[in-house]
Amino acid sequence: MEELAQPILNGILLGGLYAIVAIGMSTMFGIVKLVNLAHGDLMILASFLCLSFMTWLGVSPLLSLFVVVPIMYFVGFFVQGYLINRVLGKEMEPPLLVAFGISIILQNLLLLIFTPDARTLETSLAIKTIPIADFLNIPVIYLIDFLLGLGSISALYFFFQRTYMGRAIRAASDDETAAQLMGVNTRNIYAKAMGIAMMTAAMAGVLIGMTFTFYPHTGPQYLIIAFGVVVIGGLGSMKGALAGGLILAIAQLLGAHFFGPGFQLFCGYVVLLVVLALRPQGIFGTI
Amino acid sequence: MSDDLALQVENLDVHYKDFQALWNVSLEVKRGEIVSIIGANGAGKSTLLNTISGLMVPTQGHITFFGKDIFGLSAHKNLAGGLSLVPEGRRVFSRLTVYENLVMGSYTPRARSGRDEALDRLYNLFPILKARSDQMADTLSGGEQQMLAIARALMSDPKMVLCDEVSLGLAPAVIKDIYKRLNQINDEGLTIVLVEQDIQRSLKAARHAYVMLEGKVVLEGDPSSLTEEEVKKAYFGI
Repeated sequence: MEELAQPILNGILLGGLYAIVAIGMSTMFGIVKLVNLAHGDLMILASFLCLSFMTWLGVSPLLSLFVVVPIMYFVGFFVQGYLINRVLGKEMEPPLLVAFGISIILQNLLLLIFTPDARTLETSLAIKTIPIADFLNIPVIYLIDFLLGLGSISALYFFFQRTYMGRAIRAASDDETAAQLMGVNTRNIYAKAMGIAMMTAAMAGVLIGMTFTFYPHTGPQYLIIAFGVVVIGGLGSMKGALAGGLILAIAQLLGAHFFGPGFQLFCGYVVLLVVLALRPQGIFGTI
Repeated sequence: MSDDLALQVENLDVHYKDFQALWNVSLEVKRGEIVSIIGANGAGKSTLLNTISGLMVPTQGHITFFGKDIFGLSAHKNLAGGLSLVPEGRRVFSRLTVYENLVMGSYTPRARSGRDEALDRLYNLFPILKARSDQMADTLSGGEQQMLAIARALMSDPKMVLCDEVSLGLAPAVIKDIYKRLNQINDEGLTIVLVEQDIQRSLKAARHAYVMLEGKVVLEGDPSSLTEEEVKKAYFGI
């Protein structure tokens, strides 16, 4: 039993990171039915932005969040407002293709600027641990991932429930025409919603960069994690993203523990398949 | 003379791609009036309301709202200007609570400051909504949803409200109740435009009536001066 404690603890903490990786994509699907194939690449864009600020200004990754998060808001506002809104209509394919295009452009742009080298957002926190028993240590960086992930999701939840803008976003996703009749400029509100989704992506990107190594083409790897999380938890649901993140991460780390590191991803997808078979709409899904 | 004109529509043409839905439609609504637009299914009543409120873009004509040209203005701008629409089919936000639906009604900056007073006023007008305030809107009955749609449209403290088929699919007792409330808010000074298929009820409520047929206004006048024969002829086009 004791040797299981560490992978489960790590799984829970990593689950918080997976949840923040997925929440932006899940939210945008819930609002405009957009499957944002560029979500992973936009996250990695944030990682590289953070890297640049660290080299230029010599700040720590966590401090750079104060710059990276606002920048990513405007990136999201631009992407939705000037690119995706133009093809938003009855069909799902055109926005999907635009997102795919953004994904390809971003990967190659990052490759051009930053070269294909492995990068990491260096921080002394990465190697620190807090021992809580002989057999159990809390990796500090995982703890930070978990706390910031959870904190961001709570803030997002509060935003959607309590503010005029959050309610307007939910109302517009419920009935666009009726929202316009309430005085909501729905196209503008979609752009702002994407801006907010990209703020969560910025948070996720910086945390990923601090925890793992990343390359210009790492985006799709996290896109797949985001997909896994929302499929398990249910598309468009915030509780679902949290639950999905925890389940996927714990499954992965227990898999790695029992069968070896090569089985880490495999075990995550087995759980994914089981959920798809038993509850295709996801745990908190409504469809 | 034009001071008491709330809404003036002149020679309005509207197209759905190649199909012309409205032909040279003109109408006038005076401040504080209830005006009724009646017509059979497909006569263009909803198209007219949707165009006035800005959900649809007209091809040509003039629309003036309290002296201001609002031709082609989008719906969210018209709401900010005081023109509110209760859409056909109610369209309440089904995944928001009753309270949140009402709060969305006060989305415009002008309405936000008066939100709490507006809430009190509308909870008084429709006490059932207060009792149901924490329920999801899709758990309400049809009549309650219609009341919510009307209350939500009034939250922005509009100068005029356009009501599209508020009696559709509701029991006679509920319809009577809703009309009583509409008369009540009209007495408080709100200008109302009603679109209905139900000839009797809407003629009874209105100060002035228009009958539409196949995208054109075919008859207009004071309800008391129009004979039943005239109205029926215009309504069915016989």
